[in-house]
Amino acid sequence: MSRLSDHHVIVANDIIARCPRPKSALIPVLHLAQEQDGYVSTDAMEHIAELIGITPAEVYGTASFYEMFKFEPVGKYCINVCTNISCQLLGAWELLEHAEERLGIKSGSTTTDGMFTIEDVECIAACTEAPALQVNYRYRYRVTNEDFDALVDDLRNGALDDEIPPHGTLARVRQTTPDNWADTGRRAQEAVDAR
Amino acid sequence: MPADDPGAANGSDGGAVSGVPTGPKLITTRFDQADGYTYDGYVRSGGYEALRRALTAMTPDAVHDQVKTSEIQGRGGAGFPAGVKWGFLPDGVFPRYIVVNGDESEPGTYKDRMLMELDPHQLIEGVVLASYAVGAAQAFLYVRGEMALAQERIAQALNDAYANNLVGTNILGTDFSVDIHLSWGAGAYIVGEETALIESLEGERGMPRLKPPFFPAAKGLYLQPTIVNNVETLSNLPWIINHSGQDFYDLASPTSTGMRMFAVSGHVNAPGVFEVPNGTTTFRDLVEAPEYCGGVRNGRSVKAFIPGGASAIWFFPEHLDLPLDKATVDQAGSMLGSGAIVVMDDTTDMVAACWRVVRFFARESCGKCTPCREGTTWLERILKRMLDGNGRPEDLATLVDVCESISPGLAWPPKQTTICPLGPSAVSPIVSAVERFRHEFDHYVEHGRPIDGVERHAIHGTSGVAVHV
Ligand SMILES: Cc1cc2nc3c(=O)[nH]c(=O)nc-3n(C[C@H](O)[C@H](O)[C@H](O)COP(=O)(O)O)c2cc1C
Ligand code: SF4
Ligand code: FES
Repeated sequence: MSRLSDHHVIVANDIIARCPRPKSALIPVLHLAQEQDGYVSTDAMEHIAELIGITPAEVYGTASFYEMFKFEPVGKYCINVCTNISCQLLGAWELLEHAEERLGIKSGSTTTDGMFTIEDVECIAACTEAPALQVNYRYRYRVTNEDFDALVDDLRNGALDDEIPPHGTLARVRQTTPDNWADTGRRAQEAVDAR
Repeated sequence: MPADDPGAANGSDGGAVSGVPTGPKLITTRFDQADGYTYDGYVRSGGYEALRRALTAMTPDAVHDQVKTSEIQGRGGAGFPAGVKWGFLPDGVFPRYIVVNGDESEPGTYKDRMLMELDPHQLIEGVVLASYAVGAAQAFLYVRGEMALAQERIAQALNDAYANNLVGTNILGTDFSVDIHLSWGAGAYIVGEETALIESLEGERGMPRLKPPFFPAAKGLYLQPTIVNNVETLSNLPWIINHSGQDFYDLASPTSTGMRMFAVSGHVNAPGVFEVPNGTTTFRDLVEAPEYCGGVRNGRSVKAFIPGGASAIWFFPEHLDLPLDKATVDQAGSMLGSGAIVVMDDTTDMVAACWRVVRFFARESCGKCTPCREGTTWLERILKRMLDGNGRPEDLATLVDVCESISPGLAWPPKQTTICPLGPSAVSPIVSAVERFRHEFDHYVEHGRPIDGVERHAIHGTSGVAVHV
């Protein structure tokens, strides 16, 4: 869709400046693009290549390796149901089946109104709280079918807007570069790289 | 359904009900403290005292010596002693880096996320202590991409720690300076492997590097000397410096020192994460003791359990009395790995359980080595075919044959034809399940369904390879 906004360029440059080599900022900056548009667009990848000083092919080469990056629009809410071993043992597949019926789509697809995408995912580090799921990477634990229905209703009517931002937004608190950033790492690495 | 509120780990102190080994909590003390994750909450409960003491009264070598004396073993999976690993850094080569592995994604594992969400300052204090001990120019804290709350809590904690002069230039007025840069992933289990994590930190695909020559301590991030340590490992450093390496060593068994966090999931009455004496507590204690999991659900019995994450060889009821001791568990033919115990009761369909773990590795293979990329995919497809009722008489032999190509001899610890241990990890569940429950596989092939008395799952959805929606 679009290049990064002026605001996101400022954030991106702040991240890049903290890295001993600019390319180390690539994954965090790709997340910024996904935060802006809900997915990573071709224009955004070209823009990121300019900001970091690499080719668009290098950007896509890295981005396409990682499952969280989407290259076309997905639902406003991505519901990721863990079906790995601890969750399978406690009914994850049955929960996924219920989710599919409730939303009328198969795992791996998006509702026609663009609200929901369902995926069955690998372990999300909540194994003692099985079956577990994430909505835009926010957790729900020991989820029953009734819990799932209530969750969908709440998401539809906006009751969870404060807790769960639209797909693409991960952390809403960012590390910022403070005045007392020592910068020894970047300077030392640049000196080595210059040799 | 409980909200997105990080659960609390249960400790083992406060009096044993059933005579299980006890010890103090070291790194889970703030899990019940409502503001334990904030700067004020951390400082109020003794936070950053270890750092103050180390920077003002100890040399870097003295800090390193305490860690050596503690004999703390890495909590990320391999169990290598941290103090020894730090000693592998070549003399006089700078800059060097500390990399924190917060990629927690081994199925069954849940403790690093808790430590990052509920006590981020403890981790940051540990990172600065480690950086001081080894003379690092910068540290990188790499958090798994899917952990939004952990990323928020760490970002806030870092901003506060900088504002209070605990990270950055001239920390606490001393001449020691180090930065911590928060980075994060985007969904790839393999990035937990330390050389793949380094590739990812360099902005590349997360594909492991060959060791040798790319041992991180020698040629790590930007090919400079680098120490990669797990979140739980580093979270223990403030306690070790506040007390002593010897105190840590004395807590539990001499071959697995200190306290350690274990996640126990699956068919138990009260699944949970527990910080328990390492090396002396047994698997049975965790599964059965009322202060831990309180037994198997519905009064049933254990059929098998995974002792150390999905990569581990499975254990059976006769292993329940083994202590959580690295040397003992290694000798018994498996590993404690990432402290993840998954309990399967006697209603478990072993073919389905085996398939699910194998599907994980097939999906997460980075694709760099042929035996892993092709082999894990074939293994998954054959198992799925059995589950779907289309198994063939030769399938079991084919499974074992493919396993042999990935890990010749099917020995433990595994031999590998691959760059990293992920490929051989896919062999573990098959070797375990086929050896013990061969009749369950045969039954699937003959009758197209599981043996009587096991629970069936509505398995459907996507197969081996990841979907990109
Ligand atoms: C496939 C694979 C996945 C791994 N995943 C993780 C992980 O998620 N977190 C972790 O700390 N270590 C993981 N490790 C182990 C790391 O390579 C490394 O040994 C560890 O981070 C070192 O820290 P420690 O010595 O403090 O344990 C993994 C290893 C392999 C082979
Ligand atoms: S063993 Fe598998 S995951 Fe590891 S490097 Fe080879 S292909 Fe990648
Ligand atoms: S297996 Fe589902 S969260 Fe770990």
